[in-house]
Amino acid sequence: MSDFTSAFWPYFISAIVIGGIVFCMALLLLTSKSHDAAHTGESTGHVYDEDIIEMNNPMPKWWMWMFVITCVFGVVYLILYPGLGTWSGKLGWTQVKQYQQEVKESNERIAPIYAKYAGMPAEEVAKDAKAMAIGERLFMNNCSQCHGSDAQGSRGFPNLTDKDWLYGGAPETIAQTITHGRNGMMPPMAAAVGNADDVKNVAHYVLSLSDSQHDTNRAALGKEKFAACAACHGVDGKGNTAIGAPNLSDDIWLHGAGEAAIIERINHGKNNQMPAQGSRFTPEQIHVLAAYVWRFSNGEAAK
Amino acid sequence: MSNTNVETFYDDYVIRGFSVMAVVWGVVGMLMGVIIAAQLAFPELNLGMAWTSFGRLRPLHTNLVIFAFGGCALFATSYYVVQRTSQVKLAFPLLARYTFWGYQAVIIAAIITLPMGYTQAKEYAELEWPIDLLLLVVWIMYATVFFGTIAQRKIKHIYVANWFYGAFILVVALLHIVNSASIPAEWGKSYSAYAGVQDAMIQWWYGHNAVGFFLTAGFLGMMYYFVPKQAERPVYSYRLSIVHFWGLIFTYMWAGSHHLHYTALPDWTQSVGMVLSLILLAPSWGGMINGMMTMSGAWHKLRDDPILRFLIVSLSFYGMSTFEGPMMAIKTVNALSHFTDWTIGHVHSGALGWVGFVSMGSLYFLIPRLWGMKQMYSKKAIELHFWLATIGVVLYITAMWISGVTAGLMWRAINDDGTLTYTFVESVKAMHPFYVIRMIGGMLYVSGMIIMLWNVIKTVQMGQAARARIPATAIAAHA
Repeated sequence: MSDFTSAFWPYFISAIVIGGIVFCMALLLLTSKSHDAAHTGESTGHVYDEDIIEMNNPMPKWWMWMFVITCVFGVVYLILYPGLGTWSGKLGWTQVKQYQQEVKESNERIAPIYAKYAGMPAEEVAKDAKAMAIGERLFMNNCSQCHGSDAQGSRGFPNLTDKDWLYGGAPETIAQTITHGRNGMMPPMAAAVGNADDVKNVAHYVLSLSDSQHDTNRAALGKEKFAACAACHGVDGKGNTAIGAPNLSDDIWLHGAGEAAIIERINHGKNNQMPAQGSRFTPEQIHVLAAYVWRFSNGEAAK
Repeated sequence: MSNTNVETFYDDYVIRGFSVMAVVWGVVGMLMGVIIAAQLAFPELNLGMAWTSFGRLRPLHTNLVIFAFGGCALFATSYYVVQRTSQVKLAFPLLARYTFWGYQAVIIAAIITLPMGYTQAKEYAELEWPIDLLLLVVWIMYATVFFGTIAQRKIKHIYVANWFYGAFILVVALLHIVNSASIPAEWGKSYSAYAGVQDAMIQWWYGHNAVGFFLTAGFLGMMYYFVPKQAERPVYSYRLSIVHFWGLIFTYMWAGSHHLHYTALPDWTQSVGMVLSLILLAPSWGGMINGMMTMSGAWHKLRDDPILRFLIVSLSFYGMSTFEGPMMAIKTVNALSHFTDWTIGHVHSGALGWVGFVSMGSLYFLIPRLWGMKQMYSKKAIELHFWLATIGVVLYITAMWISGVTAGLMWRAINDDGTLTYTFVESVKAMHPFYVIRMIGGMLYVSGMIIMLWNVIKTVQMGQAARARIPATAIAAHA
C-alpha cells in the first residue's frame, strides 16, 4: 500500500473514525439519559436577551433512531469496504476492480455483435449496413470531436473523406492508426535550407508542385534547395506514408495553404499527434470502425 | 461617570454598516448570478471579452454571494447576537470597525482582481495571496472581538447561537490558512503548497467545510437567535442543541472527500467521506427540528408575519438540502449526479433557500431596530419579496434537478453495441430549456432582493441610528 507514508497513519485514521462514531453515540446516549426527570415542557432556566427562554425537551425518538441507524450503517460499511486505514474490507472491493469488472462485462455483452464482423475483410464489413450504423456511432462518440461530424477535419485535423492519407489508407493501416495513434514530426528545416531568401524560394518550389500560385523564378531557384526536404517528402514531393511525410503535390494543406504557412513550417517544423485509442475499444470494435473510416474515401468500392 | 454611561449601551455602529452592505452585496452578487445563468443559456452574452466571460464572472458571483452577502450578514448578526445574549457591549470596538472596513476592502479587491483573471484556481478560494493575507488579518480581528465579548459576558451560560458563531469563526480561520497556503511567485500569482491528489483533497476539505461552517454553522447561529425572537417562543430543546452541535462539528470535518468519489483519491478516503456524510444527516436535522419545534404554539403567526415565514421556509430548505447532501454522497448516487446540474441545484437549494432566506428574515428583523423603528418601511414589500424569492428558488432548483438527472441519464445510456446512445452535444441541447428556466428563477430571486434594498433605504431614511440600552438587570446583576 502506498496510501500511507508510515504505519502510524492507518491507526490514526481508524482511531478517529471509530472514535468519532462512538463519540456521537455516547453523546446521544448520555444526553438523552441525563436529567432523568426531563419531561416535555421543562425549562433549563436559561434566559437570554430578556426573553429567549431555553427549554430542555427530550430529543425526538425518531430522530435519535435515525442517528443510530446511520452510525450502524457506517460501521457495517466500514467492515465491508475499505475505509479504516489499510483494512481492505470484507468484500475486497476497490474502485479499480469495479471498473475492470464493468469493462469486462460490457465487452462480453457486446462481443457477439462484433464477432460476426471479425472474420470478414474490412471491405466486406463496409458493405454491411448494420456494421456501418455501429461504425457511425463509434465515430460520433469518439472521433467526431476532432475530425468533425462529417469527418472532413479542420486545420490540424486530417480530412478522412479524401484519398490523401498521411500513413496510408488501407483498412489495416487505418486500424493501426486508431489503435496506436500517430505522432507526426517535422523538424525545423531553415538551417538546412539556407538563408531566409532560400526558404522563400523553397516555399515557392513547393507551391509549384501542386500548381498553386507561385513565382516561377523563385521556384526555379528553390528546386535545388528542396534536396533538404526530399529525404522525407521524396524527390518528387509526393511524400512518404511510411513516416507520415505529407504529399506536397496535391494542394491539400493540413496546417494552412500559401506562402506564409509553408515558410512557417520550414522555419519552425511541426509536431502533430493523434492519441492512441487502443485502450478504449476491443480489437473487433476497431475493425468495424476502420472499415467505417475506410468507406469515406472508398464509397464506390463499398457499394 | 461618563465611562459608566458608555457601558450602558450596545455598540451597534458596525452592525448598521454590515447589515446594509449585506443587502447591497446581495443585489450585486445575485445579479452577477443571473448574468452568468444567462451566459450559460445564451453564450453570445460572454461578449467575446475575457473580463466578461463566464470563467471569470462565475468566481465573482460565488465570492460575492457567499462571502460578501453571506459574510456581511454573519458579521452583522453575530456582533448583534453576541452582545444581546451576553448583555455586554462589543469588546474592542475599534477592532470591530477595522473588521468592517477591512472586509469591504477584501470584497472590493475581489471585484477588481477576479474579472482581471487573477486567481488561485481553487473553488471558493480564488483570491490571490495578498488578498488572502488581508482577509486573515480581518478574521483574526473578528475572532478577537467576538471571543473577547464572550469572555466579558454578564450571563453565565453561553447561548447556543454563540457556539455556532464561535465554531464558524474558528474553523473558517483554520480552513482559510490551510487551503490558501501557497508559494507566491509575484504579486498576482502563487502556486499551491500541495500537489496532485493531496491538493484536491485539501481543496475539498476546505470546500465542503466552507459549506459546513460558513454556510451552515454560521447561519444556524443566526437561526437560533432570530427564530425564537421573531416567533416569541422558547427554544425547543437545549439537549438537542448539544448533541446536534457536537455531532455537526465532528462529522462535517470528514465529509469533504465525497467531492472526489471515483477519482485518484484512495478508496479508504472516499469511504470515510461517504460514511461520515451519511452520519451527518441526523446532526444537521437536529438544527432544523430545534427551529421548527420552537414554532410550536406560534404557527398561526405565519399567516400574517412574512419575516417569520422567511425564517421557517429557510429551515425547510435547510432540512431538504441536508437530506439531499448525504444521499448525493453515496457513491452509487454520486455516479449519476456528479458533473451534472443536480449538484448546482443542490447547492442553490441550500444557498438561496436556506442561507438567503434566513439572512433576509434576520435582516428584516434587525434593520428597523438598528434605526429605532418598530418595523420595516413597507410590510407589503416584504410579502412581495417573500413570494418572488420562493417562486424563484422553486423554479431554479426544479430546473436544475430535471436538467441534472436528464444529463446524467443521457451520459450513461449505452447501446447494445457498447456505444453511447447520446453524444455530449445532445445532452447540452436537452439541458438548454432548463437553463432558461433557471435564469428566470434567478431573475425573480434577485428582483425580490432589489425590492428589499429599496425597503431598507426607505427604512433607514425614516429612522435614526438608535442607541440600544443594555438592560438594567444585567448592569445591576454585575454591580
